[in-house]
Amino acid sequence: MKYPRQFAIALFGAFISAAAITSYADTTLLNVSYDPTREFYQEFNPVFIKHWKEKTNETLTINQSHGGSGKQARAVIDGQDADVVTLALAYDIDALAQRKLIPENWQTRFPQNSAPYTSTIVFLVRKGNPKQIKDWNDLVKPGIGVVTPNPKTSGGARWNYLAAWAYALQQPGGNEAKAKEFVGQLFGNVKVLDTGARGSTTSFVERGIGDVLLAWENEAYLAIKELGPDKFDIVTPSLSILAEPPISIIDKVVDKRGTRKVAQAYLEYLYSPTGQELAAKHYYRPRDEKVAAKYASRFGKVNLITVDKVFGGWGKAQKEHFSDGGVFDQIYEKRK
Amino acid sequence: MTGLATRQRLPPSSRASSRVTDEPPWVRALLIGIALCFFAIFLLIPLIAVFAEALKKGWDTYIASVSTPDSLSAIKLTLFVAAISVPLNLVFGIAAAWSISKFEFCGKRLLISLIDLPFSVSPVISGLIYVLIFGAQSQFGQALREHGFRVLYAAPGIVLATVFVTFPFVARELIPLMQAQGNDEEEAAVMLGANGFMTFFRVTLPNIKWGLMYGLILCNARAMGEFGAVSVVSGHIRGQTNTIPLHVEILYNEYNFAAAFAVASLLALLALLTLCVKSLVEYFRPENARRAAAGEH
Repeated sequence: MKYPRQFAIALFGAFISAAAITSYADTTLLNVSYDPTREFYQEFNPVFIKHWKEKTNETLTINQSHGGSGKQARAVIDGQDADVVTLALAYDIDALAQRKLIPENWQTRFPQNSAPYTSTIVFLVRKGNPKQIKDWNDLVKPGIGVVTPNPKTSGGARWNYLAAWAYALQQPGGNEAKAKEFVGQLFGNVKVLDTGARGSTTSFVERGIGDVLLAWENEAYLAIKELGPDKFDIVTPSLSILAEPPISIIDKVVDKRGTRKVAQAYLEYLYSPTGQELAAKHYYRPRDEKVAAKYASRFGKVNLITVDKVFGGWGKAQKEHFSDGGVFDQIYEKRK
Repeated sequence: MTGLATRQRLPPSSRASSRVTDEPPWVRALLIGIALCFFAIFLLIPLIAVFAEALKKGWDTYIASVSTPDSLSAIKLTLFVAAISVPLNLVFGIAAAWSISKFEFCGKRLLISLIDLPFSVSPVISGLIYVLIFGAQSQFGQALREHGFRVLYAAPGIVLATVFVTFPFVARELIPLMQAQGNDEEEAAVMLGANGFMTFFRVTLPNIKWGLMYGLILCNARAMGEFGAVSVVSGHIRGQTNTIPLHVEILYNEYNFAAAFAVASLLALLALLTLCVKSLVEYFRPENARRAAAGEH
């Protein structure tokens, strides 16, 4: 009879200490973001915390969550209490608007389509570019191993796909049918289809799969920085897509938690010269013209098309290309 | 247990030349060789690789990477989750095994199948079940949220998912044991006037304690190492809802390989520790102790 009592006391003790772990004070913000922004927000958050402390004398804790853009939006829909989201594409934030978490006009609430920084899609190739990959049409040649994430789950991959499509459209005599064939050939060369951008990068650089990785520009530069410039080269294609990773406050959450003011200030700070400098430092193309001019040499010159102009906006592109039974499914079915 | 039983049935003198070990030496050598090779390739080398990779950049990096606030919080959360889910499964496991092995009732087979469910369902599905129940899209989840209860993307959700995937360990360990022991001793206790609690604590519990210990150890190992189900309900908030396995994945994805393997080695250490405890438990099991005392070893 003695042991069970001792055991019960030990159990009670465990509960008490556990409860102590989970309690915390101070104002907190949760930023739910996509994969490649980890390093940027790791540096941006402490800067903003300091700025906020100086301005309001309030101690702030910012928590980060990263994952594939679509998966992250899903988590917020399922009840993750994100004060702000900073995702890979507008479509994923539109999904939040459809669930009434944010108003329909969310994209007009911050400057520049609510995208404080932009990026584009480039190619990461093995050092010296042994397969001579210069532009999109080199990717469909036989024997080229392409690595990209799955457009169904990854925001970055949808940009990859649309950039390839746009390239094929802009070729002499290009039309929808030819573009479909081109993108089909491209996906015929795909070696692995990971679920997120970071997974693809790891496949390409760590596991050594494929000859070319279609990657976010900042992700490609980061891979070079982290793993050594002697291993990879970046190839900027003749044409690519202007990727606008948008941001938003989640109204339902900030109103419940009373964090609207600080969440607003946090996102606005991304547009400040400090925020823009940090974005450029992490290889996002800054919006601020002064900062952009300062870092101009950092980014390859490329002809950038937009989703709105070529595809008539994300809603339309998503429906046509990435919905179930859409063009991507048709292409991928054929491949099997 | 079965090995022990067959061995005991044989007369001691016939053991050395028993039919079971009558194969030519090369067959024995081959079988042992294959088993050892398999063990080395699939278990030993990866284990060594984890520690080698973790210590590649030296002890200082190792210590630094397991003592960052995020790592510490992951370790705390993992221990917290295990500290709740293991005792819960202790209670539920005993209750389930007790009712299945000592009583006849309708729906017993269904209960046995249900206990096995977490083993047969993919952990990812286990996680998604809780997203469906407690997510903001369900009525129930919505109601809980309005009353300020956070289940999903917080510690309670992680505990729930862990309890679910670790549920069968204790029950599965106890059911065969309790069935083999039968009801005789309990019946005798009741005849002698013991009440339910006394019967349980003085008769049933001492009989099953070693099996129970074993089940708890396995349960604990899985509770600490679970990835799939926890990944779905965690929300991956650094320093808050990342357990050790999730934290390892994050570090790995950040090109922080040394730190990823350092934290992974902690998990491996916990597993090794668990195995040591398990061996000790087996060594001190009464039948082994008795055998050792009788000079059978």
